Amino acid sequence: MTFEENVARLEEIVAELENDDVELEAALKLFEEGVERLRAANAELSRAEATVKLLVENGDGGFDLPDFRG
Amino acid sequence: MSRRRRAAGGADELVLFSAEQYDALLGERAAMERAGVEPVEPRVEVDVPAPRARSRGRRGAAARAVEAGAASYAPPLEETIPGASPASAVSISTLTQTTKDVLEGAFVPLWVRGEVSDFKAHRNGHWYFTLRDARAQIKCVVWARDQRGIPAAPDDGMQVVALGQVTVYAARGDLQFSIRALDAEGDGLWRKALEQTLRRLEGDGLLDPARKRPLPRYPRRVAVVTSPSGAALHDILAVVRRRCANVEVVVVPAKVQGEGAPEELCAALALIARWCEPAAGGPPVDLVIVGRGGGGREDLWAFNDERVARAVAACPVPTVSAVGHEVDVTLCDLVADLRAATPSAAAEAAVPVLGELRDAVRALGGALAGAAGECVATRRVALHHATRELAQAAARATERRRAAVEQGAARLHALSPLATLGRGYAVARSSEGETLASVRHFAAGMPFHLLLRDGAVRAVAQGARRGQPLAVAAALREMEGE
Repeated sequence: MTFEENVARLEEIVAELENDDVELEAALKLFEEGVERLRAANAELSRAEATVKLLVENGDGGFDLPDFRG
Repeated sequence: MSRRRRAAGGADELVLFSAEQYDALLGERAAMERAGVEPVEPRVEVDVPAPRARSRGRRGAAARAVEAGAASYAPPLEETIPGASPASAVSISTLTQTTKDVLEGAFVPLWVRGEVSDFKAHRNGHWYFTLRDARAQIKCVVWARDQRGIPAAPDDGMQVVALGQVTVYAARGDLQFSIRALDAEGDGLWRKALEQTLRRLEGDGLLDPARKRPLPRYPRRVAVVTSPSGAALHDILAVVRRRCANVEVVVVPAKVQGEGAPEELCAALALIARWCEPAAGGPPVDLVIVGRGGGGREDLWAFNDERVARAVAACPVPTVSAVGHEVDVTLCDLVADLRAATPSAAAEAAVPVLGELRDAVRALGGALAGAAGECVATRRVALHHATRELAQAAARATERRRAAVEQGAARLHALSPLATLGRGYAVARSSEGETLASVRHFAAGMPFHLLLRDGAVRAVAQGARRGQPLAVAAALREMEGE
């Protein structure tokens, strides 16, 4: 789950919770999921270090990302 | 002026003297005659190996011939010098080849100005046309291999400047200007090339605004196609570090100017496309920035290359183009999903500010808690309402029943025989409890009970008479009074 997906899902969850028709049990489940997404998004944000890589195609049809030394 | 050995197959050797050299030779001979020296014709040496050192070599040869004195035989000058007499006539090939050699030696490559006419792009890939002005014209050729540096073919009537070399096309005996670089006045050819490519891209729908994809709001990984040592990469990395340190930048190096730059840019974009191919769990990169820092028009020209523009348009993830400065707009800019004025601006458009992200996530957390709290609060209020309604309904139901019971009780009471007793009536019952409601139930001396409002009385029947009860009672009272 990417940061973007987490944030998008969170927005969805908030919108659903704001809808009065939601069942209480469903609302609780949504809230739990929302908290989980929030935690994941925050974890993504606190990943600190800037990284710069170099895109290299290896011989086996795969790709390597060694550190870029400018 | 020129003397050159033909490398192969040249039976003739045409030696040309300048007028001064010829005069010098004649002067030497006259001087020798005056000095009483037997005049000796200088022997023309046809095997001088170093043609570029020709004039001194010639005089040296003459001098050596003089020193050799009468011992050496030499034919008369006119017969020996090729073309100097019918006997030494040279071939046309020699003439044209020598003309070519002379002309090519006389002119360094130079720029000329003129108007294009009779332009023909030959099947063999070469271009042929005439350059002219009001009084003169010259045939021109641009070899296919020399066309790479020329943005587009010129049109008839165009005023151009051309860098070329004067030469002779020996097969036709034509004077010819062989062109290596060409441009029309006012950048005409660059503009023409650009417009041609633009029309083709437009024809393929690549400039359609509907093609433009939105950039991802939160990219995790950004690929940058540029020179690994260029200012553009430096600027982009600086902006990314400042705004959002946790975005990963993947450098895909490519030459951005000069020979081979379009090819390298295309190769870099193709590499990214291959990288994105498996696509399990989405592409490995969210966004591609392609660009370079500022430079002259020719420096930026690779980004006007049709192949590069098409490769940008075909990129599987959204693209930001950043070529040069604000004022420079290239075809890449037009086909990319977003055109940024500079590489720094591209990075700013591509990468969010970390602080803003934190704020956004915090706001979402607040919204989540708020919505959930609201959700529960709404339910609580509803529950409260329901409870109260239930209690009220229960109370109302109880009340209704109580009323019914009371009503029933009142009616029951009204009908009760005890109530009759209350009004002062009595009920006679036998000792067995049977109601004695008729005179016929009694016999004289029979014990019975009288039930009254506040108790019961044991009694014995003394006498009885049938008749209207109040009248009988009055009769009985009289009998007792007697």
